[in-house]
Amino acid sequence: MNIKLRDPNIIMKLSRLGSFHQSKLSFLRSFLKEFKDWQYQRDLFDLDKNGFGVAVYSFKKKERIYSLICFANEISDDERSDRVIATKWDAAFTLHDGVPSKNDIQRLKNEVPKQEVGRLSYKELTLSRANKSVRVFDHVVDNLSKGMQPDINLLEKVGYLYRTTAVYGSGKFGLADRFRIKNREEINGPFRLEMMLVYLVRQFTFDQVNHVAKHKNPKKAVQLDPKICKNLGIGNSTGLGMAPFIVNHPTLLNNWILCRETALKKIREIKHVASKDKDLFKNCIRNSIKNITSWNTESEYQLKKINLLLKNIRKFVKFLDDKFDFEQDYPFNEIYLWLEKETCEECIEYVVSIMMEPYNEIIEPLIRKMSSEEERYFNIPTNRTVEELRNIIEKKYPNILTINFEKKQNFKKFWFISKNKEEPRLADRFEEQGSNLEQPLAIARDIKELHNKLLESNNSLTIDKFLINNSNLRHVVRRAFIIEKFPYSEIQDNTISESIVPIDMLRLKLSFFGALKFDPRSDKWLRICMFQGAPLPNELKNYDEQWVYNS
Amino acid sequence: MKSLSEIETTSKRASRAAGFSWGVAEEVGKCIRLLELFGFPGIKNLNQYYQNRNDEIFEDLNLINQSNKSNKSNFCPITLGVSFLDQIRTLEKLKKCTFEGIAFPILLLPFLSRSSEIIGKKILFKFDENSFLINLNVNISSNLYLKEFPSKAKNVEISFLENEDTFSNDDWKSLYKLSENTFVEETDSLKQGAAGAGLTDND
Repeated sequence: MNIKLRDPNIIMKLSRLGSFHQSKLSFLRSFLKEFKDWQYQRDLFDLDKNGFGVAVYSFKKKERIYSLICFANEISDDERSDRVIATKWDAAFTLHDGVPSKNDIQRLKNEVPKQEVGRLSYKELTLSRANKSVRVFDHVVDNLSKGMQPDINLLEKVGYLYRTTAVYGSGKFGLADRFRIKNREEINGPFRLEMMLVYLVRQFTFDQVNHVAKHKNPKKAVQLDPKICKNLGIGNSTGLGMAPFIVNHPTLLNNWILCRETALKKIREIKHVASKDKDLFKNCIRNSIKNITSWNTESEYQLKKINLLLKNIRKFVKFLDDKFDFEQDYPFNEIYLWLEKETCEECIEYVVSIMMEPYNEIIEPLIRKMSSEEERYFNIPTNRTVEELRNIIEKKYPNILTINFEKKQNFKKFWFISKNKEEPRLADRFEEQGSNLEQPLAIARDIKELHNKLLESNNSLTIDKFLINNSNLRHVVRRAFIIEKFPYSEIQDNTISESIVPIDMLRLKLSFFGALKFDPRSDKWLRICMFQGAPLPNELKNYDEQWVYNS
Repeated sequence: MKSLSEIETTSKRASRAAGFSWGVAEEVGKCIRLLELFGFPGIKNLNQYYQNRNDEIFEDLNLINQSNKSNKSNFCPITLGVSFLDQIRTLEKLKKCTFEGIAFPILLLPFLSRSSEIIGKKILFKFDENSFLINLNVNISSNLYLKEFPSKAKNVEISFLENEDTFSNDDWKSLYKLSENTFVEETDSLKQGAAGAGLTDND
């Protein structure tokens, strides 16, 4: 049986992309798998009694060493902000390529805590900062120092001791450009080093909380139970900064989605499902329900989605138990067709993620295809004709061409970069100033304009000649030729409409990171948790691959 | 040290601010990144050019011919570069084209470099006393390396070099003969037993 890849015009809609969930393809899970046989070590832990100071953690294999350098600083409560615009943090981190010298640590001590206004070097790979969840951190310190474990209910509700507000890589603020390290086999997957940073930061938070508790009451203090540690992750607050990324990296976006779609296609094409694979799938579905019931948010938007997901998953479990026969041919295809007919987008994508769990042999080769040599597709094939370009657009953007951009509600918003923090923002073009400095993220509108221009042009005109008088559309001409080869490279939706929900764009990216428990705080930013339930560094050599569902 | 990623982003944004479309600004970002990667002073010259644009007018050359002469002012290297890149498959057929008056000719270099990769041919870029051999976007040889780049080029010649050997047949034969000293003379026994395929191919 040959199952077709799903239609990009359905999958690349924002509501669908905003329903994606983590899976075996997610970067934090593939990171753990890649680094499970690396040697983990805490190389330096020089904190004072209050937990302020420097710590270094490393992963080593043969001659390669990656070192996380942590700087924990004292800040006052009024300096602690969740937003990217803050200037001080409880802790700041960088991942250094190799073993840092004393000079490196001294240099970085001056720069890393400054974050965006500091300067890093090509020897540093990623940069981040994090703030304590003060309520939880203090609670844990208090209890441990009295010889008791903390209140599990409180920890479960929050899910972490620290949350980050940004993780930078790829040449930001002087960090190493990706081209310097891209041929290293162990990082042949997107965001591997960002994931490593977050993972090691998680361990630092446990070590720091134990250290502070011990100094508070050296005689009575106990260590945080490793089982509790395992169920804590690292929080993350994410705003609009992530949204332009997925528009600005079309071939990368394509590769992420194409791998997910290819995995689904191959799973649907399995004629007979082995009993152990069926059991694993069913167990993951059942166990995953507690991830939904423990998903806390005050966002009405997300609560509605969670409630519907829970209702649909329960309906699906009942269907599996009462009516479904795994002995039939192509059972996962039957399941998929049933989901499409009977459940919501959130549930479909949730189950699609879990379908991947039994199939390492399908997923692992795909993980190696999730990066992109973007430069290779940058040049516009200017020897092609207007007719060819018009055909591509009509074939690849059919829904976008139906949007009426004469209507105010369809171009109400505009994307811009704020001067204060150089961060992306979204505003109402009819109420705010600045739309003359709009970023090129209104792809749907510009594709439509390009199409109109092409309709007025001679079919046989070559693109080099067309561009002479249409330079303003050059960015979308490039994209149209990219989508010809990369069907999932474009969001098939209007990113400037009145009704856009920007967190859908964030959720898409965060699901590929492997985030859990999306907690929207508005339509423009959300909190998530990473590595909650993941093995601790000393457990990596032999861990349960389905930890996301079984923890 | 600034990373190439920072160089590309800042060049792109500055180009947009200087009045180019986003699509052209993207091209400039890539090109300045390339110049800096090759060790040429891209940022410095782009900055100077954009400063000069405040006071000086530069001419846009959108359609390139065999011989191109600017009217009163020098050609804008960005518009010329983008046109060159876009029209490279047509220009290649001309074998050679000339220009009179190009501002900041170094800014044209990366466009030529990318064009060289597209057509798979080396490009020779000469102006006044200076020359650059542009090699398929892999490297650039120049007699201007580490020297101050002129802010204008009066007489410019761009030639497309055919893919030909840079050495004589005698040089090749001589070197090849030396390389044969790594081969083993085959005896009858080796001819029979050491080859993978059969000695006849008539079955």
